[in-house]
Amino acid sequence: MAVAQRDPHTGYTTTGHEWNGITELNRPVPKVIWLFLAATIIFSVIYWVLMPAWPLVETYTKGVLGVDQRSSLAENLRIAAADRASWTQQIETRNFAEIQADDSLMQIVRNTGRPLFEDNCATCHGMKGQGGHGFPRLTDDAWLWGADPATVAETIRVGINSTHNETRVSQMQAFGRDGILDRAAILDVVTYVRSLAGAEPTGDERSDSIAAAAEVFAANCAACHGESGTGNTELGAPDLTDESWIYGGDRQSVYTTVYRGRQGHMPHWEGRLSALERKLLTLFVLDLGATKQ
Amino acid sequence: MVAGLTKGERQFAIVISVVLALCGLFLAGAGHQRPLGVHGLLIAFLGIATVFVVLSGYIAPEPSEERLSSYYDDPSKAGIIIAMIWAIFAMFIGDWVAWLLAYPEMTFDAAWASFGRLRPVHTTGVIFGFGGNALIATSFHVMQRTCRARMPDQLSPWFVLLGYNLFCILAVSGYFIGVTQSKEYAEPEWYADIWLVIVWVTYFVLYLRTLARRQEPHIYVANWYYLAFILVVAVLHIVNNLAVPVSLGHAKSYSAFSGVQDAMTQWWYGHNAVAFFLTAGFLGMLYYYLPKRAERPIFSYRLSIISFWGITFLYMWAGSHHLHYTALPHWVQTLGMTFSVMLLVPSWASAGNALLTLNGAWHRVRDDATLRFMMVAAVFYGISTFEGSFLAIRPVNSLSHYTDWTVGHVHAGALGWVAFITFGSIYAVVPILWKRERMYSARLVEVHFWLALAGTLIYVFAMWNSGIIQGLMWRTYTESGTLAYSFIDSLVAMHPYYVARAIGGLLFLIGAAIGFYNIWMTVRTAREEPLEPVADRPIASDTPAGAVQPGE
Repeated sequence: MAVAQRDPHTGYTTTGHEWNGITELNRPVPKVIWLFLAATIIFSVIYWVLMPAWPLVETYTKGVLGVDQRSSLAENLRIAAADRASWTQQIETRNFAEIQADDSLMQIVRNTGRPLFEDNCATCHGMKGQGGHGFPRLTDDAWLWGADPATVAETIRVGINSTHNETRVSQMQAFGRDGILDRAAILDVVTYVRSLAGAEPTGDERSDSIAAAAEVFAANCAACHGESGTGNTELGAPDLTDESWIYGGDRQSVYTTVYRGRQGHMPHWEGRLSALERKLLTLFVLDLGATKQ
Repeated sequence: MVAGLTKGERQFAIVISVVLALCGLFLAGAGHQRPLGVHGLLIAFLGIATVFVVLSGYIAPEPSEERLSSYYDDPSKAGIIIAMIWAIFAMFIGDWVAWLLAYPEMTFDAAWASFGRLRPVHTTGVIFGFGGNALIATSFHVMQRTCRARMPDQLSPWFVLLGYNLFCILAVSGYFIGVTQSKEYAEPEWYADIWLVIVWVTYFVLYLRTLARRQEPHIYVANWYYLAFILVVAVLHIVNNLAVPVSLGHAKSYSAFSGVQDAMTQWWYGHNAVAFFLTAGFLGMLYYYLPKRAERPIFSYRLSIISFWGITFLYMWAGSHHLHYTALPHWVQTLGMTFSVMLLVPSWASAGNALLTLNGAWHRVRDDATLRFMMVAAVFYGISTFEGSFLAIRPVNSLSHYTDWTVGHVHAGALGWVAFITFGSIYAVVPILWKRERMYSARLVEVHFWLALAGTLIYVFAMWNSGIIQGLMWRTYTESGTLAYSFIDSLVAMHPYYVARAIGGLLFLIGAAIGFYNIWMTVRTAREEPLEPVADRPIASDTPAGAVQPGE
């Protein structure tokens, strides 16, 4: 057994053990450690008395304060809803036109709609509703299903080609892939469609394209897009005469669209967002375009 | 390596390798054209390669009996080098992931390079690859010295070290090809988990056998911590990974737990992985290398006792603080919170015991970057345990949870505490293991120290800022009573901090690379004369326990 030695620096003796040169001082535990240990234990015991804490066989100690995270959450939600009621009731009960005419209400729509839009819609439609490849711009006048608020609200509710029972359904056929039109006819139709929108020719077009394609268009495209190509909001068929292109307006993009067809997808928001939130989004989205102009 | 094994051990090594290769071939066949098949082939290849390595050294003469009068350090040497390789690899991935968060397009549209796969590569690589190998290597070194006994055989330490690295390789390669059971820090699938159990039990038994051979009457504190680390990690690993494989031919398995029980089991595991892997094991390192380097007695033996039992008892309850405000019953959250608060005292007692041990040696801390690494480690241990107890308080947690504050907290512990104590210990042990007078370059240790400290501080401050900003943005309401910010607003606000974090991580990585170079050059540089400290050898095993030691 080793002999305890006195450490000259501290004046304490070692425990008398030594491991490869390491020794330990036989110094009492500092009082402050006991103090803090006692303090944290007392804090814990008090906390256990106040709050739900220890499991019993079939239940647990509920704590004298009667706090429970589920009921306090429900209570907080109730209070928050009551605080918002002053304006939410107005949004819920008044019609779109009345709300749009009310400046103070629209200010609330702009403030509360922005995070709602950015959290739910911006992933596809862009932070400012500017759209992106395959996703419509929301700040222009081109509305696939119509621009009135009730229609926009319905689109948000059921989605497009979504899994909702009442979903809007819209599909453009794959004219090339499915062999309905040959390559030359598609190229002519591309030229024709681009001319409808007033796009500048690129020089690749055949000279008699437009005449040849008019017939093809009438036979294949007009059923949905209309004889003059102005689209049909009943079917969600885009207006081809404006400058808005969901999948791009250059010759290659339009060719791809006609060749492969399109079946855009928008999820439905009923069940995920409340009726109030969807109404706010409707107003917010329409306001995006309105304030832009 | 093979020359150090006896004939019997070489034969046994071949048997183990052949069995391993056969298991690999079975998995390769059963999991043909699936990720499991890839792993089967990998296991078979490594098994066969080991057979060849052992055979190539098979006819070498047996090690002499003289070996028994020295410590067996070859596995420790290999472990240190492997740990540093893992450090460079996994810290590189970590910094990549950090840049990826700032610039998400850096995934290059490749599945293997997506955040969800790279992140576990980083965490497994640093925790298990770097930390685990460093723990194994130093524990072999420390247990032999503090027991004054050589390890009982030469094969089992190699089995533990190499087997453990096979587990790490299976884990990390699995993430790249999509194998994961989606449990944080327990991602590897069932076959890797089973293998780790075998390796880990061998480790535990090896430790106990060495302790049983000890020539010291008492067991030193470092051994308490190493042993707690090995024992509890085994328990945690087995329970949390209880799962049923889809079939023997599939990597996929389903957990034995479901719903909130699964979450609770996972965070009981997860938090105690922090406690017993990242704390207890490294406290073992601290308790040996710090007093050794400082040449000071431990401040208080009694304080060691309080800290050890406080930490081991209280940590076990704290895991539920990871699940505040969730489906977990309120009472479980209360217990997790209060035990976390009580845990602060023994944690600070440990940190204080380490720092006060330096009293009388602060001039060494000033002059010796190796000791300074250990000092800073103790400081960060204190900081991050305080922060941990603080974040475990429910109302605080409601702000910090799911934010970068958590990430900052973890890295204050992982970089400031775990990596610092590891680097300090490695710089202390490398000259001893390779019998050099000192490291190749003390200046490079100094450079590594400042790079690591700067990197850690930049990282932690960036995450504190971004975490608190995030938490506040997520709970800011407009006058109308709705959320003022969208999630993406908070992402935009995070961007500068993410860049700062990635720069901090880069500094830390460069420091580790310099450290690796320094270690490599220390090993490579021939010593001028053999340095054999007289005291650094075990007591012959025929001496009865408790015999008077030389020099006493």
